[in-house]
Amino acid sequence: MANLKKLLAGAMALCMAGAMFASCGPEESKNDSKSGNTNAGTNDNKGGEEGGNEGGNEGGDAAGDLKEEKLPNIPQNVEGSDASKKVLKIYTWNDEFKSRLRAFYPEYDAEKSGYSIGADGADVVGEHEYLKDGTEIVWVTTPSADNAYQNKLDEDLAKQADSDDKIDMFLIEADYALKYVNGPYVKPVTDLGLTDADLADQYQYTKDIVTDSNGVLEGVSWQATPGLFAYRRDIAKEVLGTDDPTEVQAQLSDWDKFNEVAKKMKDAGYFMLSGYDDAYRTFSNNVSHAWVNSNYEIVVDDNLMKWVDQTKDYTDNGYNNGTSLWDDQWNADQSSAGKVFGFFYSTWGINFTLAGNAGDELQGQYAVCEGPQAYYWGGTWICAADGTDNPDTVADIMKALTCNKDIMLDITKKTQDYTNNKSAMEELAKDFSSEFLGGQNHIALFTAAAPNIDASKAGPYDQGLNESFQAAFKDYFLGSVDKETALQNFYKAAQEKYPDLKVAK
Amino acid sequence: MAAPVDAVGEMSNSKQLLIRRVISYTVLTIFAILSLFPFFILLINMTRDTNSIQKGFSLVPGSYLIKNFKTVLGKHDWKMLSSLKNSLIISGLTALLSTYFSALTAYSIHVYDYKLKKFLFTFILMIMMVPTQVSALGFVRQMSDWGLTNSFIPLIIPSIAAPATFFFMKQYMDSALPLEIVEAARIDGSGEFRTFNELVTPILKPAIAVQAIFTFVSSWNNFFIPALILDDKNKRTLPIVIGIIRSADYASFDMGAVYMAIGISIIPVAIVYLILSKFIIRGIALGAVKG
Amino acid sequence: MKHKSISYAKWGYIFIIPFFVAFILFNLIPLVSTFYNSLFENYKGRGGLVQVGPNFIGLDNFRTMFAPETELGKYFGNTFVLWILGFIPQIFFSLLFASWFTDLRMKLKTGAYKVIFYLPNVIMAAAMGMLFYTMFAQNGPINSIYMSITGKDSPYMFFDNVWSQRSVIAIINFLMWYGNTTIMLMAAINGVDPSLYESAQIDGATPSQTFWKITLPLIRPILLYVLITSLIGGLQMYDVPQIITKNGEQVQRTSMTVVMYLQKHLYSKNYGMAGALSVILFVVAAVLSLIVFYVTTEREPKKKVKKGGIK
Repeated sequence: MANLKKLLAGAMALCMAGAMFASCGPEESKNDSKSGNTNAGTNDNKGGEEGGNEGGNEGGDAAGDLKEEKLPNIPQNVEGSDASKKVLKIYTWNDEFKSRLRAFYPEYDAEKSGYSIGADGADVVGEHEYLKDGTEIVWVTTPSADNAYQNKLDEDLAKQADSDDKIDMFLIEADYALKYVNGPYVKPVTDLGLTDADLADQYQYTKDIVTDSNGVLEGVSWQATPGLFAYRRDIAKEVLGTDDPTEVQAQLSDWDKFNEVAKKMKDAGYFMLSGYDDAYRTFSNNVSHAWVNSNYEIVVDDNLMKWVDQTKDYTDNGYNNGTSLWDDQWNADQSSAGKVFGFFYSTWGINFTLAGNAGDELQGQYAVCEGPQAYYWGGTWICAADGTDNPDTVADIMKALTCNKDIMLDITKKTQDYTNNKSAMEELAKDFSSEFLGGQNHIALFTAAAPNIDASKAGPYDQGLNESFQAAFKDYFLGSVDKETALQNFYKAAQEKYPDLKVAK
Repeated sequence: MAAPVDAVGEMSNSKQLLIRRVISYTVLTIFAILSLFPFFILLINMTRDTNSIQKGFSLVPGSYLIKNFKTVLGKHDWKMLSSLKNSLIISGLTALLSTYFSALTAYSIHVYDYKLKKFLFTFILMIMMVPTQVSALGFVRQMSDWGLTNSFIPLIIPSIAAPATFFFMKQYMDSALPLEIVEAARIDGSGEFRTFNELVTPILKPAIAVQAIFTFVSSWNNFFIPALILDDKNKRTLPIVIGIIRSADYASFDMGAVYMAIGISIIPVAIVYLILSKFIIRGIALGAVKG
Repeated sequence: MKHKSISYAKWGYIFIIPFFVAFILFNLIPLVSTFYNSLFENYKGRGGLVQVGPNFIGLDNFRTMFAPETELGKYFGNTFVLWILGFIPQIFFSLLFASWFTDLRMKLKTGAYKVIFYLPNVIMAAAMGMLFYTMFAQNGPINSIYMSITGKDSPYMFFDNVWSQRSVIAIINFLMWYGNTTIMLMAAINGVDPSLYESAQIDGATPSQTFWKITLPLIRPILLYVLITSLIGGLQMYDVPQIITKNGEQVQRTSMTVVMYLQKHLYSKNYGMAGALSVILFVVAAVLSLIVFYVTTEREPKKKVKKGGIK
């Protein structure tokens, strides 16, 4: 009993301590709300006006889609220090952009940075890296695991206006791009001096993903990532009687035909697809409206329910192998030991992941075709941080790496990135042959597929909602819940992630 | 089961003892194998490349050991060696501060009588219950408000207040530190602080060794907070670097390197553990102190 | 005696200063603001960039937490199940091994075992999760064994079924912590006065009598410590189930722990809901430890009084 008293006393103590510090608490919170109000209050300042000027909004105009107002940029209270002006500070989560910049940005001072490419293909650089004008490049790398990258970036961007150590650039991915694009921390690309002519050769969908609600472009990418359907030639020959990409495509050109082939595959002892999520992007990229409508309600698109029904069918009929994306088995299914007909893969996936998994045994044994619907998968975008004290350098990097045809052609040749430059890629497509794909010219297919991609329905909630949707419906595929329960489970998860979203009645 | 056996029946007793020893060794060996199995997988995968790792497990090592090793240590952007050093500094100091000050605090509660004692003791116990994740983001924001981004201070100094370590020390003192020893030291004219440092800490050695390992390991493996506090590439800790290797882009994604990095991160901990485990055993000889 | 110890009281205060200064600066302030936040609507809207609130909403967050559709009990239930599945074998084998290791008659060569048993603990939980995910994967070694033993041609999907998924998590927790517990119990048993064993032997006690009547009662403080820290560790369980279940949303959330659920609310930095859940978690933890204290200390009240008398 004495212990009971002790614990009660402890609880009391904590409450008292709580009361003591409560006086600190509200102070902090007030500040928070103040900055929140500032955002709303300065709605009509410079940033807001600028926003409306540029046109070119191709965004989804389907009735009811959420078009979140672009938040006006926050006035910079503090200027960058002299030291900050001499430093180009770039936020990223991996080394991909680093190696592109080092290898292909002409103003990168390879000598002073001690840059070379090591025997294993990895970058070798000295302690400090510089541009030719003496600006030092500082990379702030935070892993994406546990959302750490976005947490870090959000914290630091929030402090940008009052900091004299300015962030100059940061990188983002498609699935959460709009969160930043419509937020107050990005400097529009046109403000940096990039013109429509500069950007003319970029694929439209790569611009749509980073266009804010006012139609202003807020970022650029050096890659385009159109997706195709990669299939095993040996299995195609055996089951479909041909491995010719055109003829195979004719049998896969819409979902009904695709499903028919799936049945044939099953009858012949193969799987059509490896896992539950394989086809997801082809459906989610072709929705008729965005995830969230203008009332902040989650609306599940019919096309996504089509994916659910199809995948349920595939699972029940044994058309897939029950894997999940990136599982060991999913990777193994792509090797010679696999019994899976094909995989939905985009540019990088074919050149690196699939080729790697296929190994020597399946060299030349894969081919690609467009598949039933156009889609994209992946990509990294470059944004200029509002308040950057090196806007000219940032603009020059963007121009060089995402608008310069020669440089981009060079990137494609040296790294196999499919670059975001129509004329360069079309030029390349005239005469190309991939050894891995048995001599097929898949670049030509990419150039044909890329213009068909529709990214206008992208939204800031995509990453979280897509993940939860797939997770919730896996239970349905496995048969442990019915469709309605799975849907309810999804809504629940969605609202935990995004408390401002409601469920459409 | 434990300790000495009755003296009745010498003959059957020694036979019984033999059987017990055989059983013990068998069970212990099975568990040893179980415990080593994850390491076995780790070691095997350290010698393989991404594609073969993903094709499934194999008992036969691959031929990528040296390449993986070179990749992990050599890749400039990862700074593996400096992160090893940082992790050593942070975890070492954390273990040191945490055990010393927790012992000091426990000593205060154990030996002295003062008004707030019971209250403070209970208070610390309550605190122990709070999951660390609860206030993590608040903590990070506060540290950055104090300008402690990229400083090791937020990763080391808070360990001075380690309720769980404190609680262990307190429990250990209850069973191994009689107040008579302190009284005797006072009679000999030893100052309170000196008594603690020179007389009490040696008695606490086993407890200190045990807690030093625990603290070291948990600090060594901590990812969440350091990832949000440290962004300078020269200040990163090992788990951050492993995180970076894991979130590599498609072209340089390297499972072999991930396993290698995990392997490298385990070696120093194992060494620290080996050193301290001797300490424990020697320290335990001091168990003569009455419980 | 009593007036004497009073003169030393100031040292008691001096010695706890570092602890409490560090505690207040680095723990209490963030913690109190966490609790305080439970009374507010406070999160990042629009996918994470816009601060919503803080608006005072009283106990609304708690109402939401306790609403039946939140199924809060389920997450506490999951946590408890995952913890107990790992803890029962952990305490059983740790006691067994600690008593073997300290058995003076058996004289086992224990050095290597002790080192090996503890080793899984040095792998970070996330990596341990990764390794076991590989082991129990569709094409992992466990499934190869399973298929060759049963003769089935399709693997068992360990991560798609409630109890197999939970068992894998429990096995990891067990493997990570049983060595740790063994060492701790060993230290405790070795702290017991050997003369007690000698006199027990003279009195003709059997080994099991010695264990139950001497060893166990005397290591009770450390056992209590093990139980409480394990309980706390269990309540905080996160990394392992997070990796094994891939964020916990699959298999109808049957392995989603409380902290994983808490983490869901941190996705949008929902300090309001996370704060409310933290308060609840705190109360549950306090009540649990209260029960543990009560049950485990009640049996030896006399000894306590005696000890206190020495002071």
